[in-house]
Amino acid sequence: MGVHPALAALLQHSPVLTDGAWGTELQKRGLPPGQPPESWNLTHPDQVRAVARAYVEAGSEIILTNTFGANRIRLADAGLAEEVGLLNRRGVELSREAAGSRAAVFASIGPTGKLLMAGEVTAEDVRAAFEEQATALAEAGADALVIETMSDLQEAQLALAAAKATGLPVVVCMVFDSGRERDRTLMGDPPELVARTLEAAGADVLGANCGQGIEGFLPICRRLRAASSLPLWIKPNAGLPQLMDGRPRYTTTPESFAAHAPALRAAGADFLGGCCGTDPEFIRALRRVLDRA
Amino acid sequence: MESLDRLRDAILNGDADTARTLTEQALAAGVDPLTLVNQYMIPAMAETGRRFECNEFFVPELLIAARAMKAALSLVRPLLAASGVPPVARVVLGTVRGDLHDIGKNLVGAMLEGNGFEVIDLGVNVPPERFVETAREKGAKIVAMSALLTTTMPAMRTTIELLQASGLRPAVKVLVGGAPVTPRFASEIGADGYSDNAVGAVAEARRVLAA
Repeated sequence: MGVHPALAALLQHSPVLTDGAWGTELQKRGLPPGQPPESWNLTHPDQVRAVARAYVEAGSEIILTNTFGANRIRLADAGLAEEVGLLNRRGVELSREAAGSRAAVFASIGPTGKLLMAGEVTAEDVRAAFEEQATALAEAGADALVIETMSDLQEAQLALAAAKATGLPVVVCMVFDSGRERDRTLMGDPPELVARTLEAAGADVLGANCGQGIEGFLPICRRLRAASSLPLWIKPNAGLPQLMDGRPRYTTTPESFAAHAPALRAAGADFLGGCCGTDPEFIRALRRVLDRA
Repeated sequence: MESLDRLRDAILNGDADTARTLTEQALAAGVDPLTLVNQYMIPAMAETGRRFECNEFFVPELLIAARAMKAALSLVRPLLAASGVPPVARVVLGTVRGDLHDIGKNLVGAMLEGNGFEVIDLGVNVPPERFVETAREKGAKIVAMSALLTTTMPAMRTTIELLQASGLRPAVKVLVGGAPVTPRFASEIGADGYSDNAVGAVAEARRVLAA
């Protein structure tokens, strides 16, 4: 299977620089803990646009959207289930306004936060929630959809099927952070099984994000590369937070993070960015290192 | 007893229906409830923990084993209570204030229940006061807190301080866990135990009770 035509233009050079974290950036701008970040698409659009713009200015060629948790199941916890369409549409619009013609807008779809196998939700509920979100994101004009931070391959497949129905290119990336070697998903699946399953299910790009610091991503990237011919999407965290002045802070510096970029490129990463705790400085550092190497 | 070995296997394999049936049969045949728990059911859960530690089991296997254990235990618990045998301990469990994540907490709850603890699950976004009030009212021996966000981790410290101020410490032990929580953070805020997974949480619960 060839590369999705909409991705081919981006992939003329590799790795393509994506963005960094949104949740932790919005928290720096005053988003209170416990409040859904997506609610700010309506109440604080300037702040959301500012995060997006900061990534574009830092050199991101792809930015995501503030829609990670904007599915009906997750929004229901905050009484926002009826705002799914609006929150997703505004999320795409705000990123597009910031990106202009300088960056592509890939819309974020995160997990429901419920475990299918524990019976907390049904597969039909999950499928319907992702279909609703993916449709809203596509109608708002997203260039592609990114299903990210998935811990459960079954949930990822439900999201992938819903996303593919829009006709947009679909990235699927999972968290590999469990098991003795921290190379499995929460449900115990290794990179090889994830790669085979998602490729067979029609993913256009696959990858790993969140969970652990960038050191842990190199072996996972190599194993995904060996198991699949699809482009790979890699977005590590800025390490594990440590306590400073009584508050947890991410202590990985942009420079130490970016120092791993050449190895990840050599291991087959086609899209590179950061997850929790990374910010525009990390993207700048990645840009410097990749341009130099 | 061959049929009781099958009970252990049923729990280990997460076969709740068989576990329930075999427990009913054993009780009807006059097997002592405490023997059933201590010699067959708890060893089954210990074995699931061992398999988890060495990567033979992952979360799905743990969940179905805990479910089978709970099914079997629900038949035995009333008999144990009637003969004056209490649960291992009562645990107040919740995700801290400002944090809405519940998968990790639910896994810990399932594993604690599967290992004979009584779990009072307060849900997500639990204010420090609620942890303290519930621990006091229910006579809990352990307060177990989960957080998935760096921004909500400080609520663990606040809760421990409130437990302290309420005079419940050090009798009430505190366990903490969640993706961003580290052993160092746990010890800095004065928690008694820490684990990064649900099997470890059960071991920590036992350890802090014995301490």
